[in-house]
Amino acid sequence: MHEIWALARKDLLIEARSKVVATQVVPFAMVVLILFGLALDADSRTLRDLAPGLFWVATLFAGVLTIQRSVAVETLSSTFEALRLSGAPGWKLFAGKALAVGVQLLAVEAVLALGIVVLYRSEFEDPVLVVTAAVAATIAIASAGSLYGVLAVGMGVRDTILPMLLLPIMMPVLVAATRAFGDGLGTAALDGWTWTGLLGLLAIIYATVGALAYAVVIEDT
Amino acid sequence: MTITSAAPQTNSVANNPGSTGSTATRALGLASLVGLAVLLVLAFVITDPDQRVFDRGADLEPLLTGQGDAVRLLYVHFPVAMVTYIAFSLNAVGSIAVLWKKSTWWDNTAAAAAEVGVLFCGLTLVTGSIWGRPIWNTWWKWGDVRLMTTTILFLIFVGYLAYRRTMTDSRVRAKRSAVVGLIGAINIPIVYKSVDWWQNRTLHQQSTLRDRSIEDLTLFAMIFGMVVFVAIFAWLMIHRFRIGWLEHQTETVGLEAAIEERRAQTSAAIFDAVTDSRPSHETGSD
Repeated sequence: MHEIWALARKDLLIEARSKVVATQVVPFAMVVLILFGLALDADSRTLRDLAPGLFWVATLFAGVLTIQRSVAVETLSSTFEALRLSGAPGWKLFAGKALAVGVQLLAVEAVLALGIVVLYRSEFEDPVLVVTAAVAATIAIASAGSLYGVLAVGMGVRDTILPMLLLPIMMPVLVAATRAFGDGLGTAALDGWTWTGLLGLLAIIYATVGALAYAVVIEDT
Repeated sequence: MTITSAAPQTNSVANNPGSTGSTATRALGLASLVGLAVLLVLAFVITDPDQRVFDRGADLEPLLTGQGDAVRLLYVHFPVAMVTYIAFSLNAVGSIAVLWKKSTWWDNTAAAAAEVGVLFCGLTLVTGSIWGRPIWNTWWKWGDVRLMTTTILFLIFVGYLAYRRTMTDSRVRAKRSAVVGLIGAINIPIVYKSVDWWQNRTLHQQSTLRDRSIEDLTLFAMIFGMVVFVAIFAWLMIHRFRIGWLEHQTETVGLEAAIEERRAQTSAAIFDAVTDSRPSHETGSD
């Protein structure tokens, strides 16, 4: 637990000092929200109904950037070797990196939540459901993303592969999170807790796969 | 950590590196073509259109519940979908073998299976879409679990193929592709069981083979189609595997030979240039 927290703390400290996510990823996520508003040329009623889906698409896009940053932090100074030299098992390294990504993503989502309230006139009718679903979805995104982020490490063409690897396997998460938010924001009449349960299951699957596979893929970074 | 290279049984290819064909593959290819022709005759001439009717009693006209001529498309759609499962499952087997035994042979098999699998998965989506137009009255049905899960499977393996192309070190490529392939494979049983797990969220029909609800000739045409498309799959796999193997040879052994060849060319060109007495502006400069 100590190693996991030390690694996550390192990444969060780097973010606190470099402010890359705060000054680049968060504004980008807001730009996506505004792009949707302009592109759909919609009245506030339409945007309010579509808000759950648009929120999660914006989150996934922001997630890709957050994950690329999380990997860049290590590759810029070639510290993946240092991580391996720390002697911590692969799953702990994975958990630490994923935890830092998850915390940053939750911060992005908090700003996006404010964004859909202001821009799309969304209302949080069931905050407990919304927060639970968001946490479960974030664990799934951060887990799969942290594994695929390392898989996409490398020079040249490999940097552009991450969205094409990550977004297809994130589609079940997108569907479940959108449905759960549909209930939580009162835009769809369905059982959001069932979908949140599915999100929890996806989070467990991706976290387990990531923890198992991380040691294998980190060998060649 | 070294990759053991198990030489494939491709003697004719080794003798003639310019071709991936052999007597066996030519025979298989010919048999596939003949089979495909027979399948077309079966599908379009011999079998009847699906004209089942639902008798609604004496007062009402009987309701046509069959699929009419559209059922003929299933003789292609069903086998192609089955081959997609076979191909992606083979990719999963290959991926496990790569992680377990570091086998180049299996990595090559996994790559070939994914490539052919993407082709067949694409064909599944296209034939399903064409079939859906008259039967579901739409090319594409958002929210249909079979269609959505198949689409996701297709995109995952398109990503897998793109990912393979980003790496040049064959050892790293084998290992990392295997991880990506295995994560993609989680989706295969979900696609397969989706129509049973979410019966009310799909227009796709349930499995009709198990409950024997289709007629004998229809069943025969489907199974015959299955045999034909498995043969086509095998033919494509063998060729794709041999191309992959030749690529592997080029990457490992061929590089040195290529450098030697290039050196020989260069020295020959210098020799020509020295012995050529004509002025350079007539011969061009390249």
